[in-house]
Amino acid sequence: MTKKGYYGKWGGAFIPEILHETFNELNKVFEEVKADPQFWEDYFDLMSTYSCRPTPLTHAENLSKHFGGCQMYIKREDLNHTGAHKANNVMGQGLLVKRMGKSRVIAETGAGQHGVATATMAAKFGFECTIYMGEEDVQRQRPNVFWMEKLGATVIPVTTGARTLKDAINEAFRDWVSSMDTTHYVMGTVCGPHPFPEMVAWFQSIIGQETRGQILSRFEKLPAKVYACVGGGSNAMGIFQGFLADSGVELVGVEAGGLGLDSGQHAARLAGKDGSQGVAQGYKTMFLQDNDGQMLDTHSVAAGLDYIGVSPILTDLWEKGKIRFEAATDEEVLDALDLTMKKEGIIPALESAHAFVQAFKDAGKLSADQAVIINMSGRGDKDIFTIAHAYDDPSWKKFIMKKGKAYAAEK
Amino acid sequence: MQLKNDIRSALTDKKILLMTHIVLGYPSFEANRETIKQMVENGVDLIELQIPFSEPVADGPIILKASQDAIASGVKVRDCLDFAAEITATYPIPFLFMTYYNILFKFGLAEFFAKAKRTGIKGFIIPDLPPEEGEQYLELARKYQIAPVLIFAPTSTDQRMRFLSSQGEGFIYCVARKGVTGRKSELNEEFDSYMGRCRQATDLPIAVGFGISSKEDVELLTGKADIAVIGTATIKLVAANGPHAVGPFIASLR
Repeated sequence: MTKKGYYGKWGGAFIPEILHETFNELNKVFEEVKADPQFWEDYFDLMSTYSCRPTPLTHAENLSKHFGGCQMYIKREDLNHTGAHKANNVMGQGLLVKRMGKSRVIAETGAGQHGVATATMAAKFGFECTIYMGEEDVQRQRPNVFWMEKLGATVIPVTTGARTLKDAINEAFRDWVSSMDTTHYVMGTVCGPHPFPEMVAWFQSIIGQETRGQILSRFEKLPAKVYACVGGGSNAMGIFQGFLADSGVELVGVEAGGLGLDSGQHAARLAGKDGSQGVAQGYKTMFLQDNDGQMLDTHSVAAGLDYIGVSPILTDLWEKGKIRFEAATDEEVLDALDLTMKKEGIIPALESAHAFVQAFKDAGKLSADQAVIINMSGRGDKDIFTIAHAYDDPSWKKFIMKKGKAYAAEK
Repeated sequence: MQLKNDIRSALTDKKILLMTHIVLGYPSFEANRETIKQMVENGVDLIELQIPFSEPVADGPIILKASQDAIASGVKVRDCLDFAAEITATYPIPFLFMTYYNILFKFGLAEFFAKAKRTGIKGFIIPDLPPEEGEQYLELARKYQIAPVLIFAPTSTDQRMRFLSSQGEGFIYCVARKGVTGRKSELNEEFDSYMGRCRQATDLPIAVGFGISSKEDVELLTGKADIAVIGTATIKLVAANGPHAVGPFIASLR
């Protein structure tokens, strides 16, 4: 029998003693709610009234025609409240926090979407909220920082380590070891110590449940392939769970290829050759680390994929050959984003655009009576500064310079 | 086990022992060498050698920065092992490795134990490895007779403490308060009742750490704990005033 919290040989709960009782409590509450159908009903009701569940499955007719192959469908997690799948997990954990009677939440954030979702949940439920965000990501995702602060959260830029997502997770843990009596750590992805991978996957499974019903009703059969980008892996776990039992559906996880898999500047733990087994941030998985076990700097144009580890559940499924892993480079991502905007009038987040890249690569090999589904984990508006910069957009630059001048003159 | 016996016998001459902490390679191995010399000459009884790890979640800003600087300056795990071998051959007191589990895991758990044994290390402190995840680790510790020091926290229940005591060896490291390393702990009545619970739960010697930094702290611990752990305080001191400041500081503690 596999040990609790393990997926094959991956996962576990490598936690300091000070948090032992906190995890006991969390495990107990999580087991209670899993066994309580009313909890899921309440959760579903909340997501249908406060967020936009069920989110639509859009038939991307123009892209389908453009590639001349299969029928492309896009699962619209961008239409969730706060603009990404992150809300699914956060609102669920919010209900848990209420049940545990805690009054404060903390979270790490990379792209800022999880931070915004957590700040939103905290505002709605009346919790105090602190968000840890790598300083580099604060620069990359300034609009999200603005919204978190406006929603009443305190955003703490993390200046240690690589100043990205992993360092924000470390700082959140450092907060939690002093504050656990009143505070819950809202882990944003299917990583970290047990029960987080299972818990976050459970809340995100709502994506897969819906998608399966929607494709069967619209297309009247299962898709050939399902694509999702993989940072920590929560949107991928969400949609894949709807199709894991279907052997005819190929599941494809797309990691950040950054400047290329041979460049050392990427975040491909499974698709590339640079990942190796390790234990960090409370769990065992494939990490990007050196021979000594020191974690490496990762790179991606998408802050939300720029992470050293990956869900232990996905690593297990990868090892068992149930999920194919690919990587998309920064450049490919910008091209796919451009095409999706022009053809469909849809703006995927840079993270989500990774999934589009691989679907576009595979599309020509399929036939018109086959469908593929791309999980669009979030919307791209948040990336306006990064995308405008990457496209070197002249009119945007002019606007920013003008604004900058005006603000400087106010001083 | 040898470490426990060493501690017991040292306690026949002294009311409380001092354990200090070094981050290997920070600011340099040369500075570590001088710092350890100053510590031993001024009566330190045990020393924790921390092998730097890039994600030290249980450590506060000072040790975090020290770890990052050491790694950035090119310190490798093998350098740390070589240095430890040199130090244990030079001084008669027990030395322990403190690090995070990934360092052992990536090295190869059995290989790490074998190497540490040859290096003369007497115990390990691995704050992110609870016994539930450390079955193989605890087995190897018995095989190689290296004490796996486990940690009590104020949040640990009595039952949990008894379980930890049954799994650990050498001594128990009692974290004085919630939080990470480096901040001051209040050694008040609540702390006394926590110490009482620790004593009830284990026959192993008890070390107390986290924010212990002055003669007053050490005096307050005397009679309650067997070992006072001075961690972040000397690391700060070396960074500010160099290794030579360590001797007088240690001498002033007891």
